[in-house]
Amino acid sequence: MSQFFAMGGYAVYVWGAYGVTAACLALEVFFVLKRKRETKA
Amino acid sequence: MTDAMSIKWFWFASPQTFYPLAGWVARASGILAALLAAAGLYVGFFVAPTDATQGEAYRIIFIHVPAAWMSMFLYVVMAFWAAIGLAFNTRLSGMMARALAPTGALFTFLALWTGSLWGRPTWGAWWVWDARLTSELILLFLYLGFMALQAAIDDPRRGDRAGAVLAIVGVVNIPIIYYSVQWWNTLHQGASVSLTRSPTMAAQMVAGMLLMALAFWMYSIAVSLARVRRIIEERGEAGT
Repeated sequence: MSQFFAMGGYAVYVWGAYGVTAACLALEVFFVLKRKRETKA
Repeated sequence: MTDAMSIKWFWFASPQTFYPLAGWVARASGILAALLAAAGLYVGFFVAPTDATQGEAYRIIFIHVPAAWMSMFLYVVMAFWAAIGLAFNTRLSGMMARALAPTGALFTFLALWTGSLWGRPTWGAWWVWDARLTSELILLFLYLGFMALQAAIDDPRRGDRAGAVLAIVGVVNIPIIYYSVQWWNTLHQGASVSLTRSPTMAAQMVAGMLLMALAFWMYSIAVSLARVRRIIEERGEAGT
């Protein structure tokens, strides 16, 4: 398991890429849904 | 062309009729995006083998290439709707272009970000002023310029038209990005996957990449249709 997260020594690069991508997509969804509530309010 | 046909053709060009359809398609695409992403991540991390030369660092490809594809594709779609809006003066077209821009900008940023994190271990540099990287950075500025220009104009219909001109002029950058690796002697590698010849990498790698590309595609449809619904609501055209 820890071997998987180590990514053969490239953990910072691989998880840095995937983490920021996941965070950006989640934030975009959050803001679109938030805009929905504000419009309806 | 008969009257009936022309009515059908423009049926969904009206914000009121498009509004409920967009909601339905957005929800379905959102679910598909989640399923495809789960499948793509599984293939990308557990099925695809370790790369012989790059080790595990290459696994960035499963988000880098799909993000870069979407960044260019979304720009073309955005410019297409902008052009339709200018040509036919349809209200919904300008709203679609507006709704696509933030998602396109996001994928452009992600292509640059993941590329940077991939370039450091493989090229030894976070950033180089290479033709591919520079033209992709210009794409980000085109998206941001489009959004800033539209945000600066109070009258939404005038904003739509001004943004449309910028979007159409900026399309010239898309073939430059795409062919940059052929036209110039760049550090960035050429395409590993193309329509005209067989891929130059393992089949499982290609499968993971295509699944992630489909996931990003569905995600873009879901989030931009959800956003166009907000724009329709804000302009008071949602109907009842």
